[in-house]
Amino acid sequence: MSEIAQKVKGIIIDKLGVEESEVTPEASFTNDLGADSLDTVELIMEFEKEFNISIPDDQAENISTVGQAISYLEENIK
Amino acid sequence: MNKRRVVVTGLGALTPIGNNIQEYKQGLANGVSGAAPITRFNAEKFRTRFACEVKGYDPVDHFDRKEARRMDPFTQYALIACDEAIKDSGLNLESINSDRAGVIWGSGIGGLRTFQEEVSTFSNGEGNPRFNPFFIPKMIADISAGYISIKYGFRGPNFVTVSACASATNALVDAMTYIRTGIADIIISGGSEAAVTEAGIGGFNAMKALSERNDSPETASRPFDKDRDGFVLGEGSGALILEDYEHAKARGAKIYAELLGGGMSADAHHITAPHPDGIGASKVMENALRDANLKPQDVDYINVHGTSTPLGDVSETLAIKNIFGEHAYDLNISSTKSMTGHLLGAAGAIEAIASVLAIEHQFVPPTINHFTDDESFDAKLDFTFNQAQEKEINVALSNTFGFGGHNVSIIFQKVTD
Repeated sequence: MSEIAQKVKGIIIDKLGVEESEVTPEASFTNDLGADSLDTVELIMEFEKEFNISIPDDQAENISTVGQAISYLEENIK
Repeated sequence: MNKRRVVVTGLGALTPIGNNIQEYKQGLANGVSGAAPITRFNAEKFRTRFACEVKGYDPVDHFDRKEARRMDPFTQYALIACDEAIKDSGLNLESINSDRAGVIWGSGIGGLRTFQEEVSTFSNGEGNPRFNPFFIPKMIADISAGYISIKYGFRGPNFVTVSACASATNALVDAMTYIRTGIADIIISGGSEAAVTEAGIGGFNAMKALSERNDSPETASRPFDKDRDGFVLGEGSGALILEDYEHAKARGAKIYAELLGGGMSADAHHITAPHPDGIGASKVMENALRDANLKPQDVDYINVHGTSTPLGDVSETLAIKNIFGEHAYDLNISSTKSMTGHLLGAAGAIEAIASVLAIEHQFVPPTINHFTDDESFDAKLDFTFNQAQEKEINVALSNTFGFGGHNVSIIFQKVTD
């Protein structure tokens, strides 16, 4: 697992209070990990802070699973 | 219209002198001070470096990490006190009509720590408005009532009253009125506050409202003492289950006391100073007595607002003499803030509970830290200094007054049948 993936999982575990085993690439923040709309906004903000990037709203809307977050960040972090 | 009777059927408390009702009662009976050096933040540079904090508090003992992170301490305190009160009431949440069960809570400020932290983060940043999405729902004072309703599924009236240090008493009066008039059968009421933060201490310090007796925190809250020098900030929560008397009787509930009446008034005088002649304070006690259909001579104990400020203690005493006349010498007066500190919007809740416990256990909690008589107070008044007293108490009155000139009094009576 990449360093980015590890950090992403760490943030999700911390913010959503879920077990590491639940944080699979397919897991949806809202459907599988108990996040509500405010949690998902907070997650995006945490990703931005951790990786020092800005995720535009229209792209943030497409990040709804663990895997989508990891691939977006891997593609966009220089 | 026939007013329905309103009784107290459950109690919960998280206070600087006890983390549940049993401990709180012990603290009141033993004259314990809850004041100590501040641990919530580094208070080194503050004029006041002590407060009455809730002791041994760790949110993860009560909530999972995610829940705890989403709630300001004032909401956490609220849920803990409500949990105790609901269990104590023996209410079967499955069988009650939840549309007729409400939550009317009180908080003077709300999520002060949350506000302070979020705004600091913004100010210290580069101007990017990156506020946490939980900022607003964590900070707003009414969110406490929201969380309580979600936890218990209470779908009746739901709101938070804001009248500074009278907030929780306002909540209790509202709750009483809603039950009396048949709008609800059960209401969780009370209040919570968690203002021991840099902004809280710094703000009250700037007003010169707080005691600065840093060399002796435990004796700093000394209402009616000649050397009182301001109030001691406290934090915590008190919860009371109020219920229609017939509803309570039908389910065989334990009844602590009847909430017999309440009064409200305003000083209409100054934003923070009480009226020097105690006009609003007199009127509010008069209103409460009338509402309860009692005569002044019926009152056995007054749990006063008595914050330990130079002006407030004087005007409240004037008002008591004004309303109770000669009977003022026969009743007991005490300020439990001498022990708990001043819980602001939650003060009315824990002091209502102190009044109910006084009736249940037939004792008067003391006004501790009395060292020197102040000649501005009539020496014939019994302020219950330093030692709790055993006493037959049928009726107890509790006063709370808030910045803004809000005054609220409530009256509890022992239920005999």
